[in-house]
Amino acid sequence: MNFSFLVNHIVELSITGLALGAIYALIALGYTMVYGVLQLINFAHSEVFMYGTFAVAWVFVFVHGTTSVNQTLGGTAGLLLLSLLAAMAMSAAIAMLLERVAYRPLLKRKAPRLMALISAIGASFALSELMGLRDRVVGWVGLRDDLDNYVSKARDVYTNPVTIQPQTVFTVGGYGVKDVDIMVIVASLLMMVALDQFVRRTRFGRGIRAVAQDPESAALMGVNATRVIRGTFILGGIMAGAAATLYMVKIGSTRQNAGFIFGVKAFTAAVLGGIGNLRGALLGGLVLGVAENYGAAIFGTQWKDVVAFVLLILILLVRPSGILGESLGKARA
Amino acid sequence: MGVVRENLDRVARRYRALPGPARVALVVLLVVLVYLLPLLRPPIITTNQIDFGGVMFAIAAFALVAVGLNVVIGYAGLLDLGYVGFYAVGAYTTGVLTSYHAHWAFFLALPVAIAVTMVTGVLLGWPTLRVRGDYLAIVTLGFGEIIRIAVTNVEWVGAARGIKDIPHPPNIGPDPEPPFGDGGLFTIPSLQWDGIVPSLDSGRETTFLVFGAVSAVPYYWLVLSFLILILFADRLIKDSRVGRAWEATREDEDAAEHMGVPTFKFKLLAFALGAAVGGLSGSLYASSQSGYINPQSFPLLLSILFVAAVIVGGAGNRWGAIIGGTLVAYLPERFREFADFRLLVFGLALMILPVYRSQGLLPPRRTIRARAAAEEIEHLEGRDEAPTEVV
Repeated sequence: MNFSFLVNHIVELSITGLALGAIYALIALGYTMVYGVLQLINFAHSEVFMYGTFAVAWVFVFVHGTTSVNQTLGGTAGLLLLSLLAAMAMSAAIAMLLERVAYRPLLKRKAPRLMALISAIGASFALSELMGLRDRVVGWVGLRDDLDNYVSKARDVYTNPVTIQPQTVFTVGGYGVKDVDIMVIVASLLMMVALDQFVRRTRFGRGIRAVAQDPESAALMGVNATRVIRGTFILGGIMAGAAATLYMVKIGSTRQNAGFIFGVKAFTAAVLGGIGNLRGALLGGLVLGVAENYGAAIFGTQWKDVVAFVLLILILLVRPSGILGESLGKARA
Repeated sequence: MGVVRENLDRVARRYRALPGPARVALVVLLVVLVYLLPLLRPPIITTNQIDFGGVMFAIAAFALVAVGLNVVIGYAGLLDLGYVGFYAVGAYTTGVLTSYHAHWAFFLALPVAIAVTMVTGVLLGWPTLRVRGDYLAIVTLGFGEIIRIAVTNVEWVGAARGIKDIPHPPNIGPDPEPPFGDGGLFTIPSLQWDGIVPSLDSGRETTFLVFGAVSAVPYYWLVLSFLILILFADRLIKDSRVGRAWEATREDEDAAEHMGVPTFKFKLLAFALGAAVGGLSGSLYASSQSGYINPQSFPLLLSILFVAAVIVGGAGNRWGAIIGGTLVAYLPERFREFADFRLLVFGLALMILPVYRSQGLLPPRRTIRARAAAEEIEHLEGRDEAPTEVV
């Protein structure tokens, strides 16, 4: 129990917590949208995120080679934009593949929901292992030497060659706020506002809400459920790609099982805010990130995850449907 | 796949047509065969790269866990993604009582471990079973992580070092005298196979009944015996009022509540019983061959594999759970040659299975009947497909 540490570092803990929470929130959107439309826990969404982190790392390696470079955030802005696009494309492609291979065949056969969960777990294993075995895979097609920079030491931590040096932008309460944290928070807020507006205002967003409310009536009204479901997966993938870029800016290294713990946290965030609710995912992510940081300050960093899960259990006891309630369908047009 | 089902049905019909004593004899023969499996070492299924006895122990332990989890997932319909938490509680209770803080005998610690796990199950279930099903999944997932992190960090249970020198179950017959005394009552040689010709392998003997570090077979026998015991208990409770209440709750909780079933109480009971079996298997694991547990023995991944075992086998059918547990434990060990690829292949198998066997490999009889009836009704109503593909 170390309350004085918490009090002395409250600004720092809050801001880094918000930054981490913003990344959780972006991943949580993928879980929450798929859950809202299909009532299905997309267990493999964590791998969608993980593939995005690798896309970012590969873009950096492609541009800079493997020699490590120190850069400021501003100096790498163009590169970051490029890797953001690459990560979004990669994650969206993986999400689309998932929907096609692991879910659609099951939905067609009206398999029980638990079976879809098993399929998702299988997909998660397979995707993560495939990344861990990428040196073998490129070996089969005879590109092992050409792609050595991208696949070497497939099971180890894969570090970004470009280390981004955080610069202090301004000082609040004795803590210098870093540009990286500000960028992470602002960028995720922008992504989320964009998604929220997309779901509220566009024709396709109306389709998503209709299917979430009542798939059969939506079908009768001429909504193409298959297309809506695929679109939902892709949107979730794009958000995960953005999260992956921010993650690589803040953390700087990844590995084939990096998605798992972030995936669990993000799902927790989604449930915390009210699953199926886009704004709930944002709130849940931020609350989770900050609470985790405070808890880690009080009890010690090793108890960080315990704080997150205990918080979840407490919230579910007091408010079983999450902080904002569950309602992808009920968002007003 | 239909062919498999048909053949299974035919076998089942043949079996039921046999006179009573013949049926008993057949079952006894089968059980004896299963007990002797690690000694018979039949070709093809025997794992050559690692100790086959150890693999059989892992299979039996997995099957035991799967039967316990089947009560929670299959009978009561509660998705528990943190079952490894109960497994760990059972193992650590045994470790603490027999080695780390006290020196109880194994069979004294076992019931205490089961009781402690059961209480843990009730404590976790009491607040969380009121929330909706999907949330239960994430709450239990969190519980599994909490237990793992707690045992990693709490000095009182050995923290990251774990607990070592957990005593084995008591031997039958004289204890072995080091260095070369065998102890036990007698020794049983294993078979070795040259193609299809068996011969005795005197270099690989199992002593009846010494729980030592040499052979894993006695531990396999112990777990298998508990598994058979639990199967009997499972059958009794499934066919009782309790089993029917679980089924009603699983199918439609509101309807069950209206019919006067106190659904919360029965869900809690399923949770507690499932936890107890988890604790039992954890306790057996702790006192097994290596007598060593540490936090890394209980990763979250194990929970996921447990759930996969139950659902792959066919949730709600105890034989399905056993088959699922066997496959999940056995396949990665058998195909160690492809060590690097086994998880990848396992993942792909989990993806493909639901497409072809959407109810699991061996679904409960009643599910098959219900599905057939639903299909017939749909056929009579003239709807061939739900209207999800328009425009």
